Amino acid sequence: MKRQMTPKERMAIDRVKMPEQDPQRRIGNFEEVNQGLNEEQAIREAQRCLLCKNRPCVAGCPVRVRIPEFIAALAEGDLPEAARILLADNTLPAVCGRVCPQESQCEKVCVRGNKGAPVAIGYLERFVADWALAHPEKLHKESQPTPTGKKVAIVGSGPAGLTMAGELARKGHGVTLFEALHDTGGVLRYGIPEFRLPKRIVDIEVKRLKDLGVNIECNVVVGKTLTLDELREEFDAVFIGNGAGLPIMLNIDGENLKGVYSANEYLTRVNLMAAWRNDVPTPIIHGKHVAVIGGGNTAMDAVRTSRRLGAEQSIIVYRRTEAEMPARIEEIHHAKEEGIEFILLAAPVKILGDENGWVKGLLCQRMELGEPDASGRRRPVPIEGETFTLDVDVVVNAIGTRANPLLTATAPDLKLNKWGNIETDEHGATNLPGVFAGGDIVRGGATVILAMGDGKSSAQAIDAYLSQKN
Amino acid sequence: MFEVLQNDTLAPNVHRMVIRAPRIAKARQPGQFVIVHPEEGGERIPLTIGDADPQAGTITLFIQAVGASTLKIVNTPVGGSIRDIAGPLGKATEIEQWGRVACVGGGLGTAVLYPLAKALAESGNEVTTIIGGRSKPFIILAEELAAFSTEVLVATEDGSQGQQGFVTNVLQDLIDNPDKRPSAVFAIGPVPMMRAVAELTRPYGIKTIVSLNPIMIDGTGMCGGCRVKVGDETKFACVDGPEFDGHLVDFGLLMDRLSMYRDTEAKILEELPKELRDKIIKVKR
Ligand SMILES: Cc1cc2nc3c(=O)[nH]c(=O)nc-3n(C[C@H](O)[C@H](O)[C@H](O)COP(=O)(O)OP(=O)(O)OC[C@H]3O[C@@H](n4cnc5c(N)ncnc54)[C@H](O)[C@@H]3O)c2cc1C
Ligand SMILES: Cc1cc2nc3c(=O)[nH]c(=O)nc-3n(C[C@H](O)[C@H](O)[C@H](O)COP(=O)(O)OP(=O)(O)OC[C@H]3O[C@@H](n4cnc5c(N)ncnc54)[C@H](O)[C@@H]3O)c2cc1C
Ligand code: SF4
Ligand code: SF4
Ligand code: FES
Ligand SMILES: [Mg+2]
Repeated sequence: MKRQMTPKERMAIDRVKMPEQDPQRRIGNFEEVNQGLNEEQAIREAQRCLLCKNRPCVAGCPVRVRIPEFIAALAEGDLPEAARILLADNTLPAVCGRVCPQESQCEKVCVRGNKGAPVAIGYLERFVADWALAHPEKLHKESQPTPTGKKVAIVGSGPAGLTMAGELARKGHGVTLFEALHDTGGVLRYGIPEFRLPKRIVDIEVKRLKDLGVNIECNVVVGKTLTLDELREEFDAVFIGNGAGLPIMLNIDGENLKGVYSANEYLTRVNLMAAWRNDVPTPIIHGKHVAVIGGGNTAMDAVRTSRRLGAEQSIIVYRRTEAEMPARIEEIHHAKEEGIEFILLAAPVKILGDENGWVKGLLCQRMELGEPDASGRRRPVPIEGETFTLDVDVVVNAIGTRANPLLTATAPDLKLNKWGNIETDEHGATNLPGVFAGGDIVRGGATVILAMGDGKSSAQAIDAYLSQKN
Repeated sequence: MFEVLQNDTLAPNVHRMVIRAPRIAKARQPGQFVIVHPEEGGERIPLTIGDADPQAGTITLFIQAVGASTLKIVNTPVGGSIRDIAGPLGKATEIEQWGRVACVGGGLGTAVLYPLAKALAESGNEVTTIIGGRSKPFIILAEELAAFSTEVLVATEDGSQGQQGFVTNVLQDLIDNPDKRPSAVFAIGPVPMMRAVAELTRPYGIKTIVSLNPIMIDGTGMCGGCRVKVGDETKFACVDGPEFDGHLVDFGLLMDRLSMYRDTEAKILEELPKELRDKIIKVKR
């Protein structure tokens, strides 16, 4: 048995630095920016954890990953045990370790952050998850559940649907996952770029579900190919996790010019339809000067993508300041390293076109921060008379998304709120018996881990519903 | 995977393909389309559902090979299969009792028109069909349309079949004839043709429905790439259409947006084997 390290020894270790692809190099490729820790680095970082009795970090994680426990196993070098703990709490740890906004969740409340840097929980989660993906034979075997004979349909294969599928399959229910697009993963596939989340990770997670017996059917648009009523007839329960995939338009002049994209279109072309590769027929406009409007993860992904597609100048235009940006801090930091320009306190007024209908500029209004709005953030207000023009040939609108009404419009009995999101109780149950919902379709644009959390908690509710249903 | 059961050539580079897709065949209504994704890493291509047989579980697509992706699709042999087909998408045609209607099809648009005309006829409308094309080989589905039309009138630019001229000349004659004047016109074809028809009927106040073909990606309202301007509003053609009131459509914008990727498309065409390239260029002109 190794000697336990003293808190003082632990405190003496500095936070690990994530090995990254050099910015100059990475803007020329779509490979992952973060290269991942090696085992030595991971174990040393794990040793920084004080294994706090009151575990504040666990409370900071929406799915309550047993953080000190998995980190302790990792610090001991017991990777199978670390993986077992992590996988029991989080179905997609290789995804969360990469895309969770750790700084506002688990790491935000880490005790080590009180003085210095918090434990790099996300990096460690990623390390253990990647190890697990690479060493399936060393993982603790999952016991095969006894089939219950119950059938559940899941709509949408984003993080909510994938999590739900795994949870229910492990309970022995027959699961069919319906996806409208030709491939699985939702935003993980079509939105988040390869350089942040390699698609092979989504592939492996999906394969794991298939191995559990989950039946996956792509190209099924529920509301069109099959209706919710048809699903309710054929299945014992239905979970709707169809996301928030409807772009909010800017509604300004020039929005229909050639070279103006919604972030959904821009990223879908590049990611789902592989326009980043040069051996495919999918076209995309390679702008030289690109403006991306917005300050969230989507905006960062779009602007960094434009850089990799060869833009000489890629600009973020955001109407508040950096402090209000909803994007993960790491993305903002990486964007800056990649030479992305940030024009803050500016809002688009009009997109200017040339005589052939192509974008040639973006007219912006200077803003200042006024009184806080309903969300508590200070509301940007225009500074009278202060406008400026950016010379750009591509504009990407990344101001946000809303609930897509395609499914809900064909299910008139399903109760929605005034924004078109599905209303549920705290277990994800809708007003229709046996129909549950979770993820962005309920919350509006939120996060991967919250969508997964919904999948997990609704799975328990569905399981309970199925067991009392004869 | 969707099995190809039949693949015939109707006109130069125009194929009729019958494909097994039971769910789509069952759910489909006239006016709707599918999105076909022929290969990994490929484009998503919208194609109208030309016909469907819910019993047999099949759909029929009429496809004109104009570029790399449509070429890939039409080159799928019988017995082979197409990777992904999603649908039915878009709104179904609103079938009303118009009495006398004119259905105007141009080029490949005739195939898109076919299910619509059939549905109009089946619900009791008196359908006069006008089809146009460059020359005789490009006139498609005349017989199939004749099966339910009161009359099928043909116009070719070179006069090799039917009347020489454009579909609008034929339509003008109908409008001028009090016994034949339609109370509604459905026009589907190249954008300039649809625009010309809409301009022709506008002064007469004849309701004119067109089917728009902007560049699409998901076909579910998720990307906004298919936006078109109708009246003062921006619409997503894949969910709000594809059929719209022709008198309100901004055809200029549609045409302009359709040209967005012309450079890339030309480059991709360059990379095709010469014989395929030549065939396509001939159709495209
Ligand atoms: C570009 C981008 C970057 C992001 N970055 C981050 C990040 O770094 N960290 C983070 O935590 N969050 C991030 N988010 C947010 C996060 O991705 C979402 O909150 C999360 O994916 C929501 O999961 P979901 O399962 O509810 O829906 P989605 O991931 O949206 O998946 C929904 C799925 O349902 C399918 N679907 C829709 N309608 C139908 C239908 N009618 N029938 C069948 N299938 C249907 C869709 O095609 C899709 O595959 C980002 C979002 C975007 C767009
Ligand atoms: C609702 C709808 C129904 C359609 N129905 C039919 C049909 O029944 N039969 C048929 O042959 N064609 C139909 N089309 C047109 C067909 O989708 C295009 O011809 C096809 O996408 C061209 O792709 P390509 O790669 O082969 O050619 P490319 O050389 O890449 O493109 C040729 C031209 O087609 C248009 N186009 C390119 N990509 C798309 C796209 N993703 N979506 C729409 N247009 C595009 C552009 O104007 C382009 O210049 C329909 C289009 C729409 C929107
Ligand atoms: S899932 Fe997210 S919040 Fe939870 S521990 Fe992992 S990184 Fe932190
Ligand atoms: S709060 Fe930080 S130091 Fe404490 S157990 Fe959690 S990760 Fe470790
Ligand atoms: S094709 Fe994407 S919204 Fe219509
Ligand atoms: Mg193409």
